[in-house]
Amino acid sequence: MTTTTSALGGVVRRKEDPALIQGHGVYVDDLKLSGELQAAFVRSPLARADISSIDTAEAAAMDGVVAIYTADDVRHLGDLLAQVPVGKLRPLLADGRVNHVGEAVAMVVAETRAIAQDAVDAILVDYEPLTPVVDMMEAASDRTKVHDDLDSNIVFSWAAHDWWGGVIDLPDPRPGIEAAKQRDDSVVVSLEMKNQRLIPVAIEPRSVVASWNPGYARFEVYSSSQIPHALAGALGKTFGLASNAVHVVAPEVGGGFGAKLNVYCDEVLVCFASQQLGRPVRFTETRRESAVSTIQGRGWVATTTMVGTRDGEILGYELEGVADMGAYTQNFTVVIPLLGLWVSAGQYDIPTYWKVDCVVTNKPTTDAYRGAGRPEALYYLERTIDAFAREIGMDPTEVRKKNYWQSDQFPATNNTGLAIDTGDYAKAMDLLLDQADYAALLEEKQAAQAEGRLVGIGISSYVEICGFGPSVLSEIGFGWNNYGLPSSFSGSGLVRVNPDGSATVVIGTGPSGQGHETTWAQVVHDQLGIDYDRIMVHHGDTTESPMGIGTFGSRSAAVDGAATYEACQKVKAKAAVIAAHLLEAAVEDIAFGPGGPHVVGTPGHVIGWHEIADVAYRPHTGPDGMEAGLEAHAVFSPGNATWPFGAHLALVEVDRDTGDVEILRYMAVDDCGNRINPMIVDGQIHGGLAQGIGQAMFEEAVYDETGNLLTGSLVDYPIPTAGDLPSFELEHTTTPTDVNPMGVKGIGEAGTIGSAQTMVNAVVDALAPLGVTNVDMPLRPQKVWQAIQDAQA
Amino acid sequence: MYPREFDYVVPASLDEALDALASNPGAKVLAGGMSLLPLMKMRLFSPEMVVDIGRIPGLGDISDNGDHLAIGALVRHKQTASSDLVAAHAAALAEAASYTGDPQVRARGTTCGALAHADIAADQPAAALALGSTMVAASKAGRREIAAADFFVDTLTSALNPDEILVEVRVPKAGGGSVYDKLGRRGGHSDYAVAGAAAWVKKSNGTVEDARVALTGVGLKPTLAAGSMEAIIGSDGGADAVASAAERATEGVTVLEDLYGSEAYKAHLAKVYVGRALEQAIARA
Repeated sequence: MTTTTSALGGVVRRKEDPALIQGHGVYVDDLKLSGELQAAFVRSPLARADISSIDTAEAAAMDGVVAIYTADDVRHLGDLLAQVPVGKLRPLLADGRVNHVGEAVAMVVAETRAIAQDAVDAILVDYEPLTPVVDMMEAASDRTKVHDDLDSNIVFSWAAHDWWGGVIDLPDPRPGIEAAKQRDDSVVVSLEMKNQRLIPVAIEPRSVVASWNPGYARFEVYSSSQIPHALAGALGKTFGLASNAVHVVAPEVGGGFGAKLNVYCDEVLVCFASQQLGRPVRFTETRRESAVSTIQGRGWVATTTMVGTRDGEILGYELEGVADMGAYTQNFTVVIPLLGLWVSAGQYDIPTYWKVDCVVTNKPTTDAYRGAGRPEALYYLERTIDAFAREIGMDPTEVRKKNYWQSDQFPATNNTGLAIDTGDYAKAMDLLLDQADYAALLEEKQAAQAEGRLVGIGISSYVEICGFGPSVLSEIGFGWNNYGLPSSFSGSGLVRVNPDGSATVVIGTGPSGQGHETTWAQVVHDQLGIDYDRIMVHHGDTTESPMGIGTFGSRSAAVDGAATYEACQKVKAKAAVIAAHLLEAAVEDIAFGPGGPHVVGTPGHVIGWHEIADVAYRPHTGPDGMEAGLEAHAVFSPGNATWPFGAHLALVEVDRDTGDVEILRYMAVDDCGNRINPMIVDGQIHGGLAQGIGQAMFEEAVYDETGNLLTGSLVDYPIPTAGDLPSFELEHTTTPTDVNPMGVKGIGEAGTIGSAQTMVNAVVDALAPLGVTNVDMPLRPQKVWQAIQDAQA
Repeated sequence: MYPREFDYVVPASLDEALDALASNPGAKVLAGGMSLLPLMKMRLFSPEMVVDIGRIPGLGDISDNGDHLAIGALVRHKQTASSDLVAAHAAALAEAASYTGDPQVRARGTTCGALAHADIAADQPAAALALGSTMVAASKAGRREIAAADFFVDTLTSALNPDEILVEVRVPKAGGGSVYDKLGRRGGHSDYAVAGAAAWVKKSNGTVEDARVALTGVGLKPTLAAGSMEAIIGSDGGADAVASAAERATEGVTVLEDLYGSEAYKAHLAKVYVGRALEQAIARA
């Protein structure tokens, strides 16, 4: 029997697009349960205050209002669960004190959402205002404590050489770096840079409807979630039920970007209310609500230092930073810097000291947002390398190439003790420079600068860690134990050949735009030879789909995809036995091609899958003792994460009079190992680039000094549209991983991880002739203009 | 969407609509809904009644009335942006409409609605000002004409009375050349204006015979830049004259900072965009 580990590489039209484009996709808010009630929340207008009273009398008397709940009603359910419960856990409803604007104080359940909203407006809450701690550096000073019962606003610290309480304990790199700084021939550069807070904007806001069935003692929950299985576990644990007594369905999910990689108070509370009231209860957040009730992303400040020689050898890199957790710890809140820590030295074999303090503030919780820690880490590193290259007068691409891990060094144990699976970093950079005609670009830039134009080239390399991952991660807090699922990050795939020869594939992760239906059908088609059009992929239903935890961290193909591949091998093994029986051949001589199995050397004589299935489901016609049926399930637990990489380049021109930045070209070379569907890979890169460039150029969650969010609507929180972006020029190299049998690494976050610093490097390069060394994101025109004014002053 | 409760009427004629407005002082006119509906959804504005004029015939045309163009109350941004008539006689307005919102908003929202909403960062009010437009307001009492310069009263406040509908905007076919340019919040022309300027210039015998310059995004309301107008009219329209006029862009204008620009930056942008708009308008004149 032959197997293939090749990339499939077919640009197949996406199976899901006709439904999604024509309006046949079914999202949570499209599902209506009989007898539904609607929930709405009273939310705090203050960032920090004691609640002195909540007067619900007028609201409770309104026609159509069914119930109003406050902390007193739900305290017994405990706080919202988090995987690493350090800091302050979030109460389901504010319990005596509010800690950020938008925190839920009371829940109204009514016959219609409009009535619920009217009742919300009629509830009177008396607050005793307290001084909020809004600025993260102010929080880090501990002058005012956010939570009275915490010793410090710094709730956790991560260090790259000594992480997770000594589980990884490597030598402290600081003495070596200090010695390098003292060398006569060394050069030291330092930068302080902000990585601003962002608001994830999924086109579908979060939506959940829950129904308690007292007969079966079971919840039915439909939620716009990236993690239906984890949600079932968390709800089960909260209500004292087994995870299988919570049936969760995540139907079509309209974008997640990490924001739906969380269990939220409203998901718990609609379950509670349904149990209390005996009717289904729904909550769908509004766009403005989403800005304060869903997690936010990033929010770091760090100072970096790089020391190296004048010929470009980097002798050390240091980062000391602060990361803003917001008021409460949710699912992976304090784990996010850990993901950055793992790639703190990027593609380079350089001594690295890296420490990030996690602080609480009176702002909404931060957690995973596309890239999650890794964009922050690569931003700081790749900005600093450019500053170092400029200081020593060397081309930034040369400095990078000089310090890369070389292709013969893999698996490469990086500065955090983890092994990078495979890589060929110089190859990606060389391809980028070749495609860009870098020498010509440099000439173009010089000619433009000679005319007084502000043209700049930005470069970044990146490596990411994704495809989570090894089950050992659950030992260090990066797991799902506290959602009642002491499981690993295993992936899952079930492949069933039906009696008519069609195939049903049931996978453990579900898409929120990634094209799982298409990609998995390609894998099964490639492995079994069943017609692509006769393969149907199901996902997102916890009673139907085997446990696969969820879609995040660019993991679906590398983990669940690999599981599906393994399930295909099991199906093939059985089909080969049946084919051998029918063809009166030896099992070893059966091969699989388009249409089905055949004897090696006679690919024209295939046995159709319907013929194989006919035997499989009528075992008396098959080999003696054969078990009936033709399906297999596989669980795949990888031995390592995967480590995609690449190199990006931006060419920009800055309008000297206004500070407006025009992106003239954007090129990306990405290596995600084997590519199953290059069109989908490109789509993922496009979306990732849009989000990275959006952060670089204009996105920012802005708070005033009282902790009020000034950018809570899309009028004030601009996100990029296609019209704001150039036509991306994409290339790729292919360096398969050996972590999974398909050699695939993951591509969901790569575009974001590589792009923000590419843009800022380009703008700083454009302004460098004026003496500008740093402009913090977002590069709104005013900020760029101000940098020009300051440099010229 | 979860607005507060409101009455909704769909008049079949303009008279019915004016009746509804006259008898319900808390009523608000709905045309494209691109500004009104988000405010209602966020409960920032809760009218007692919404009078949907969307099905009244005869309000959706751009017509050539000899000495002026008439743009009806239901003419969408997209129509204004792509009309040959508007391009020929009021290029500034066509450009302003083409930079308004996104394709979805331009397909629904109306030029008259954008004017009546009087947003401080909207595009088309500046163009209407520079082109010397006239607003035609209808009520039960009849029609009245309001010069653009008198129409924009304050932030989100026009000279329309609660019982009036802006039934059309008249743009004079005055010759010369016009332009609208801006810096958007997302850079280039994208999104609301951080600051922008419209200019209309008529030349004869090598001098600027007449001109109007208007600003958006910088102050309390879309406004004429009187200093720039005074400086450019009668000049030769050359680079020095344009620079002098640009320098006076915010004369008499209260510049306000917002999330997208400090007072100094907005004042600076006003000068930049007045200069650019004048230079292009003069080239087109």
